[in-house]
Amino acid sequence: MEFQAKKLFAKHDVPVTEGIVAQTPEEARAAAEKLGVVVVKAQVKAGGRGKAGGVKLAKTPDEAFEHASNILGMTIKDLTVHRVLIAPAASIEEEYYFSFLLDRANRSYLCIASVEGGVEIEEVAKTNPDAVKQIAIDPGTGVDEAKAREIVAEAGFPEVLTDQAVQTVLGLWKTFVEEDATLVEVNPLARLAGDKLEALDGKVSLDENAEFRHEDHAEFEDKEAADPLEAKAKAMGLNYVKLDGEVGIIGNGAGLVMSTLDVVAYAGEKHGGVKPANFLDIGGGASATVMANGLDVILNDPQVKSVFVNVFGGITSCDAVADGIVGALDILGDEATKPLVVRLDGNNVEEGRRILGEKNHPLVTLVETMDGAADKAAELANA
Amino acid sequence: MSIYLNKDSKVIVQGITGGEGTKHTRLMMKSGTQVVGGVNARKAGTTVTHQDADGNDVELPVFASVAEAMAETGADVSVAFVPPAFTKDACIEAIDAGIGLLVVITEGVPVQDSAEVFAYLDGKKTRMIGPNCPGIITPGEALAGITPATIAGKGPVGLVSKSGTLTYQMMFELRDFGFSTAIGIGGDPVIGTTHIDALEAFEADPETKAIVMIGEIGGDAEERAAAYIKEHVTKPVVGYVAGFTAPEGKTMGHAGAIVSSGAGTAQGKKDALEAAGVKVGKTPSETADLMREILKGL
Repeated sequence: MEFQAKKLFAKHDVPVTEGIVAQTPEEARAAAEKLGVVVVKAQVKAGGRGKAGGVKLAKTPDEAFEHASNILGMTIKDLTVHRVLIAPAASIEEEYYFSFLLDRANRSYLCIASVEGGVEIEEVAKTNPDAVKQIAIDPGTGVDEAKAREIVAEAGFPEVLTDQAVQTVLGLWKTFVEEDATLVEVNPLARLAGDKLEALDGKVSLDENAEFRHEDHAEFEDKEAADPLEAKAKAMGLNYVKLDGEVGIIGNGAGLVMSTLDVVAYAGEKHGGVKPANFLDIGGGASATVMANGLDVILNDPQVKSVFVNVFGGITSCDAVADGIVGALDILGDEATKPLVVRLDGNNVEEGRRILGEKNHPLVTLVETMDGAADKAAELANA
Repeated sequence: MSIYLNKDSKVIVQGITGGEGTKHTRLMMKSGTQVVGGVNARKAGTTVTHQDADGNDVELPVFASVAEAMAETGADVSVAFVPPAFTKDACIEAIDAGIGLLVVITEGVPVQDSAEVFAYLDGKKTRMIGPNCPGIITPGEALAGITPATIAGKGPVGLVSKSGTLTYQMMFELRDFGFSTAIGIGGDPVIGTTHIDALEAFEADPETKAIVMIGEIGGDAEERAAAYIKEHVTKPVVGYVAGFTAPEGKTMGHAGAIVSSGAGTAQGKKDALEAAGVKVGKTPSETADLMREILKGL
C-alpha cells in the first residue's frame, strides 16, 4: 500500500512526505488539523483509487472527516478500505513516472522513466511510446551515481531538477536492492512549486522468497484483505489459493496442480459448469498431517461439493500418500462429509491403491487416470 | 546421444551431507549415475558412503570447495542442494571453478540473487539449470537432480518443462516410448537454462526425434520459444501449457505489464505455440496422445 511504500522510500532517502495514517474519521480530522489542506487517500493494494472515488481533497478538518467517513469501508477492486492516508496537499507543476523492476524476459533489471506521469503508464506507452524510456540495468553492476546520471539524462527530466532526480534515482535503487523488491514504482514523481521533486505516490512489490532476510517485511502483509481460508492455510504452511468453484483440489507440485485445475474445469463443462474451488499444492512430502490440514481447509469451504486428490508419486511414494489420506480421514472423523476422488500414479502405486482399497472408506472413490478422476469429481460436485 | 548429461558425466553434490543432499545422492547413485564426491567446507576431509546401482558400497569424498572437488575427481557436473540463503554463493563458487553443468535444485531463492548469478554467468563456461527445478535425466545413463529414475526409460522423446511434477507426469504418460533427455528448467522468474536453450540442444541431438515442451502461466518464455521453433526447429514439437484456470497473477506490477504486454496467460501461450505449428494438448494425456501419433508416423 501507498503508506507502506512511502515508509520504505523515506528509509532509503527518497524525497517523500509520509503523511498520517487514519483508521477512523476522527483520526482523519485530527491529522488534518495538524497538516492543513490535505488529500484523503484510500489505502488498498490496487490502482485506480482516484477513479473509484478513493482520493479526495479536504480544505478543512471537517471535510477530511467527511471524506474519510465515505472512503473508509468502501470497496475498491474487491478490497475493503480499512485506512486512509492523510497527506498534505501539494501544488503540483509537473508529473513524471519512474520505476525499477525485474525484467523476466531478459533475466535482468529494467528502469522505466517517463516525463509523462500521473496517469497509467500503460496508457502513455500506447499513446506516446517515445515518452516512455526503458533503460536496462545490469544486476551485476547495479546503479551507481554515474548510471543514475545516465538514467536521468535519458528520461529527459528538466535540467533544474537533475541533481534531485539523481538522488531520487539512487534512493529508489537502494529501496529496490536493499528491500529485495521486484518492483519499485513512483507515479507521480512530482515537480512541486519551487522546483522540488517528491514521490507523491508509490508502489513496492517485495520478493516473498527473500522474506528470510527481511523480518521487518512481515508488517506489510495485508492480513485484513486475505481470504479467511487463505489465512488459515497460510498459518498451516500450505500453498493455497481460494477460487470460485465447487471441486476442491489437492495435488503435489505447482505445475501438476495448475494442470489439475484446468482438467477439472474442462470436465466441469459436461457437468453443469462446475469449476475448481481452489489451488492447493501439498508439495513433495504428503504426510498424514499435511493431507489432513489440506483436507481440513478445503472441507471448510462451504462452496466445495467434492474433492479431487491428484498425486503423482515422484520421490514421495504412493503408499505414503495413501496412508496420508487414510490418516487424514481418521483425524477428521465425522467432519469429513464430502466425497473424495483420488487418483494416484507413479512410485509404488499398487501399494497405494491397495491401502485405499482395503480401507474402503465410503467417501473415497479411486479412479485410475487424471482425466477420469476429474470427470468423476466434477460429476459428484454437480450431483 | 542426449543433451547436457550422459553416462560419462561425473557428478558432485554441493550440500552432499544435508538431508536432501544425502537422500538424492543415494537415488542418483542407485540410478547408475557416476557421483564422484561432494562439497561441504565444514566437513571437508570426511567421506559419505552410498550404494551404486549394483548395490556395492562406494565411499564418496567430501571436499572443501568445488574447485578442489573438480581437481581431485575430474567432475564436470555439480548438483546444488543448499539452502536459499547460501545458493548465490554456492553458484558463484561453482561458476568460478569452471564447472560445465550446474544444476540448482533449491526452491525459494530470492530472485535478485538469481539475477546476479545469471549476470555473473555471462562469458563463463558454465551452463546453469534452475534454480527451483527437478534437474535433468538422461534415462539409463545419468541423473543430475531429483527426477525419479524409474518412470521411463531411454527413447526418442526430448522433454523440457518448467514444472517438476508435470515432467514426471509426461514421462509416465509416454513411458511406452521413452526419452533421450528430460529436463526440468524450473518455475522461477529468473532461470539459467530456458525452453529455447533446450530446444536448440534437442534439435542438434541426433537421438531426439521429437520434442515435448511444457509451459505454464507467467512471463513470455513460451511465446519466445514459439518464435524460436518457427525459425529453427525442424523436429516435431508438441506443447502443453498449464494454468488456463489459474487466477490472474496478483503480484504482476503495472510497469511489468508494459514489458510483457499481452503475454503471460495460458491462452496467449497456446495461441503463440499453435501459430508456430506446434500441436498443443488440452490436458497432459491429450498432449501425450498427440506425441504418440507423431512418433508412430516417424
